[in-house]
Amino acid sequence: MSASLHGSSERAAFLRRRQRNERWAEWGLGAAASLAVLITLGILLTLIIESLPFFQAVGLWDFLFDPEWTPLFERAHFGIMPLLSATLLTGFIAMSVAIPLGVVTAVWLSEFAAARTREWAKPALELLSSIPTVVFGYFALLFVTPALQKLVPELPTFNLLAPGLVIGLMIIPYVSSLSEDALRAVPMNLREAAFSLGSGRLRTALWVVLPAAVSGVTASAVLALSRALGETMVVAIAAGQQAQLVFDPREGAATLTSYIAQVAMGDVPRHSVAYQSLFAVGLSLFLLTLVFNVAGHWVRNRFREAH
Amino acid sequence: MGGSRNSRGKILHRGEHWRDIGFEALGLLIMLVILLVLAALFVQLWIDGAQRLNLDFLRQFPSRHADQAGILAAWVGSVLVLLVTAGAAVPLGVAAGIYLEEYAARGRWSALLEVSIGNLAGVPSIVYGLLALGLLVQGLHLGQSVLSAGLTLAMLILPMVIVSTREALRTVPQALREASFGLGASRWQTVWHHSLPQATPGILTGVILGLSRAIGETAPVIVIGALSFIAFLPPSPVSSSLPFLNFDWLYSPFTVLPIQVFHWISRPNPAFHANAAAAGVILVLLNVAMNGVALWVRQRARKRQFG
Repeated sequence: MSASLHGSSERAAFLRRRQRNERWAEWGLGAAASLAVLITLGILLTLIIESLPFFQAVGLWDFLFDPEWTPLFERAHFGIMPLLSATLLTGFIAMSVAIPLGVVTAVWLSEFAAARTREWAKPALELLSSIPTVVFGYFALLFVTPALQKLVPELPTFNLLAPGLVIGLMIIPYVSSLSEDALRAVPMNLREAAFSLGSGRLRTALWVVLPAAVSGVTASAVLALSRALGETMVVAIAAGQQAQLVFDPREGAATLTSYIAQVAMGDVPRHSVAYQSLFAVGLSLFLLTLVFNVAGHWVRNRFREAH
Repeated sequence: MGGSRNSRGKILHRGEHWRDIGFEALGLLIMLVILLVLAALFVQLWIDGAQRLNLDFLRQFPSRHADQAGILAAWVGSVLVLLVTAGAAVPLGVAAGIYLEEYAARGRWSALLEVSIGNLAGVPSIVYGLLALGLLVQGLHLGQSVLSAGLTLAMLILPMVIVSTREALRTVPQALREASFGLGASRWQTVWHHSLPQATPGILTGVILGLSRAIGETAPVIVIGALSFIAFLPPSPVSSSLPFLNFDWLYSPFTVLPIQVFHWISRPNPAFHANAAAAGVILVLLNVAMNGVALWVRQRARKRQFG
């Protein structure tokens, strides 16, 4: 240490103290950062440990392939299929709204809209994702469903169509903002080349820019789907509580998330089957969304390498 | 329109021009439809809830009589929960962001942290509720309390705070750090006196957006067991005698605004739907206000930075 060369023990002490403080700071900050890993592990371990007794009692085979979910009946069945079918059907409806609207909006924002238009359009889109989901649930049950009932008279109060459409609306910003980032990342000279050949903006956007950004756009759709599958309040309010295999969006049914919310609303004693089933359903939901999240990030990273 | 030219001055193929205009109109139309739906949502809430929006609504406890019910317990609960959330998520999230941006060397450890944070951001919020139910409520015996709810929401918004801290730190010019190092400042001194103050507006924006998300979150709070009918307030955090602060409120049962909305929507009696709508209006206004403040902070910082 150079301080001792100057012969000042005070300076040496100062440097030692400073170095100790530095080490403390780095330690503290590092500990805070490692929380992210701890929470991830915590989620996985909690879900597995708390649902272990459930899987021991029910068995994985029945859980995956029993077509009935009737945990509160005397002859209880614990097949995940009904909840899964409602979740996937809702996700499908949501995506059929969010993908076309989100992608068109992204193309429009990135290739057509003037800077001043973007200034109001982007915050307006962000507003969609900032409104509390419970309010969207209210909207689905008391506005969208009655409106749909005018078109489809036999539609029951609780159905999957209305919450699916509303969730689709909610996740438009997820599709549009990530897609727009991908479209804007496409090098300008590709567009210039197309323009030089006499293409209009639309032809350039659809045949040059969009294909170049296809992995980013795909990633945005996959990540948004994961969002849709994990959405709770809209389905908990507007989709009904009956667990049943569904293929018809006009029917109401409980999803993975709305089952958890519905059971948790009641008083659930620990060690009861209902309590354990919460974690089994939660684990299924976590793994389902994890698959889509990982797939989305994988596709996106591949696209990053391309440019 | 054979003579139309594109931005490169090239003559366009026949029909190109009109297709461009058509798509531009389509994009604008979709934006308008989205805004219209948002407006419909809010107008519907307003019409349904307007007659309940008065000061008494803020001063009364929930009641079996819809016209006497209020949101006192709910908004006080929301404020207290948010205090815990901010108290936990802001220091930890900012510290983690600083570590990743200013300290961590690129390597396996920081890659693991990155993956964890990315993954946490995609975990459905209701899964955080299950983590809290298993770990905080049952495991650590924190109970169905304000503390449990606050920490749950803190975990939920932690990735948002970390990401916005990192983005804000990334905009700090490297020259500033080098100047500080050049004058003999240590790493921590550089962070504390130079990088962090420069990044404050960006961090603040992220924190406000995170808290506005926390205020509207319903699902995780349902899972840890917020009560939906509470006719008392948690003990006050400030007392008139020494030591002036008390922490009993942390362990108090509670409810929050979105739970109150959900509970009222679930009541079959439409009179309660008016209460839900009124509380929904307040929730939406809170969110819009917080988003507005976040946007304003961001714009102001930008103007300052670029003159």
